Amino acid sequence: MSEALKSKIEVPVMAELFAQGKKPEYLFWVGCAGAFDNRYMKVAKAFATILNHLGTDYAVLGTEESCTGDPARRAGNEMLFQMQAMTNIEIFKMYEIKKIITICPHCFNILKNEYPDLGAEFEVINYLEFLQNMIKAGKLNLDKSKFKGTTVTYHDPCYLGRANDIYDAPRFIINALGLQVSEMQRNKSFALCCGAGGAQMFKDAEKGDKEIFIERTEEALETNTEIISTACPFCMTMITDGLKYKNKEEEIKNLDIAEMIALALV
Amino acid sequence: MSQVVFIVLLAITLGVFSFSAFKIYQLFKITKPAYPVRDFGKRIKRTIINAFLQERIFRNPIAGFLHAMVFWGFLLILVGSIEMVVDGIAGTDRVLASLGLVYDLIIGGGDVFAYIIALFIIVFIIRRTVLNINRLHGKELQKKNHIDALLALTMIFLLMITLAGMNIFYIAGHPSYEGVFPVSALIAPIFNGLSSDSVHLIHDINWWSHIILIFIFANALPYSKHFHIFMSIPNVFFSRLTPLGKMTNMDSITKEVKLMMNPETAFAAAPEGDTPPERFGILDIEDVTWKNYIDSLACTQCGRCTSVCPANITGKELSPRKMVMNIRQRMKMKGPHIVKEGKDYSDGKALIRDLIKEEEIWACTTCNACAKECPLNIDHPTFILDLRRYLVMEESSAPAQLNAIFANIENNGAPWQYSNQDRLNWTE
Repeated sequence: MSEALKSKIEVPVMAELFAQGKKPEYLFWVGCAGAFDNRYMKVAKAFATILNHLGTDYAVLGTEESCTGDPARRAGNEMLFQMQAMTNIEIFKMYEIKKIITICPHCFNILKNEYPDLGAEFEVINYLEFLQNMIKAGKLNLDKSKFKGTTVTYHDPCYLGRANDIYDAPRFIINALGLQVSEMQRNKSFALCCGAGGAQMFKDAEKGDKEIFIERTEEALETNTEIISTACPFCMTMITDGLKYKNKEEEIKNLDIAEMIALALV
Repeated sequence: MSQVVFIVLLAITLGVFSFSAFKIYQLFKITKPAYPVRDFGKRIKRTIINAFLQERIFRNPIAGFLHAMVFWGFLLILVGSIEMVVDGIAGTDRVLASLGLVYDLIIGGGDVFAYIIALFIIVFIIRRTVLNINRLHGKELQKKNHIDALLALTMIFLLMITLAGMNIFYIAGHPSYEGVFPVSALIAPIFNGLSSDSVHLIHDINWWSHIILIFIFANALPYSKHFHIFMSIPNVFFSRLTPLGKMTNMDSITKEVKLMMNPETAFAAAPEGDTPPERFGILDIEDVTWKNYIDSLACTQCGRCTSVCPANITGKELSPRKMVMNIRQRMKMKGPHIVKEGKDYSDGKALIRDLIKEEEIWACTTCNACAKECPLNIDHPTFILDLRRYLVMEESSAPAQLNAIFANIENNGAPWQYSNQDRLNWTE
């Protein structure tokens, strides 16, 4: 499977399907990080690989996708956010989209909780919950031997955890991979932010004694696990930077839950 | 005679309290709307869980246990205090005693809690003065804040001591109450040698001291951080029910964007009678919502928010507790002038820059750790984000790197400078 992740994959595009008169059940919302962040592009690919494996009826918007406006809104630019949101909502309406699956928690939160204020009417599903349901329904079977003998911790992204109370799905999936999460000291609703939320991803931190991502990476390293799993592009960037800073990037892997599943597909 | 004295004291207490309450009501009147208060069922449920069952405070198990015991004890003791007011007016003695067993259980419980609370107050004072618990010593806490805290603790301690005194000497005069007050009954025999007159007198001294302390305390509260005692339960009740991740929508902007995006209205003049809002976001106290203000009145400066703030933990200037304290502080400075002289009153200062530095505003990661931790559901991030909205939409003074992402989002629909045509490169 890991080989398959290196080659090009076929991903259905909404405009093409629509032209053929097809209306896919799900829109897979890739997000800007999935489209442009070198590291996180692999996560988008891993998740699409899983969708293809499951035979899910989905499509992506491709070139028609645009920023949800989350970083603009959280940086105080309500005007820009609402212009992005209304443009996106027009596109969703044009393709009669009813269900959206997201990988990025920031996209998830804003589409689910904030777009409805601007007239959006669709269901938004986070990929972890989608995957959990697929596993529970017996549709997604995983090779438990794939990660045998390895250890893992999980960093709760703020926009899944505290923002939307999603704590169990990632842990359920990790269990389904035959692993047990070695929890960090601050976990679930107590989890420490990676430092990138609220548009911090795109600016230098204010002056202080320490970078937040280093504080969090150190906490993750205290678990002595071989994999630090995450479920957010910004958290991934921050933890990856933290591992580099600590000279641990060779020994310790920072993987998204989708990547772990893609490696264990049977 | 004593009834007359009591009624006069009570009238003064209620009069002064009404005055304070009216002042605060006037300040609420100058706040902005936050959200409509609906879903009373959900609100009652939340109030039961968060306030009466003290759910969130147990996120910190030790301090949480201490607080919960004090809170539950207060609730029981409150019944006795209400009875004292009735007795004081009517000249009765334990007017609720006719409730029988229920009464005995309530005031018996109150007796046990009086000692527990007195003990825990000593623990609280030690935590503040000797143990140097980190979160009780943020730099936003000045000497006057520490004095405020210690005064309130002392006051509560004295309330409990006088309550215990009342119970002990009540037993001495009414032996049948020996079985009602479990802890005081253990102490009462020490005073067996006293004459019944002395017993009666000491009981009355405690009774009067207790009720006068309550009257003083109640009137000091609106000017103390311990106003918490009155405002915390309402604050939980009125807190927002939406997920912590949800930001409030600015409907005034929605109107503008809709006009802009509609080709028929985009270049037309603004419709008649459509007044734009006075200001986007929050610059100063006249821009805060009633929720921001009630948050600031309910806050007792416990610092749980700041102790979990990632920015604060890593030495940045931001402290969510300070922000909430700033709201109350600024309202006290400017609010009464606005009430008197109208909304255009200016003292040449503002919340932003005079009380809150831009550096604090931009350090927030919107992780919601503060809001999740607050036992009273204070909503710090909503306030911080409204400060950002002011800075960006009124002053265009975001940090340069954020202006760059605004430009990118506008030009190519992504915070990074990549072409939309490359949006499927990840499939390669």
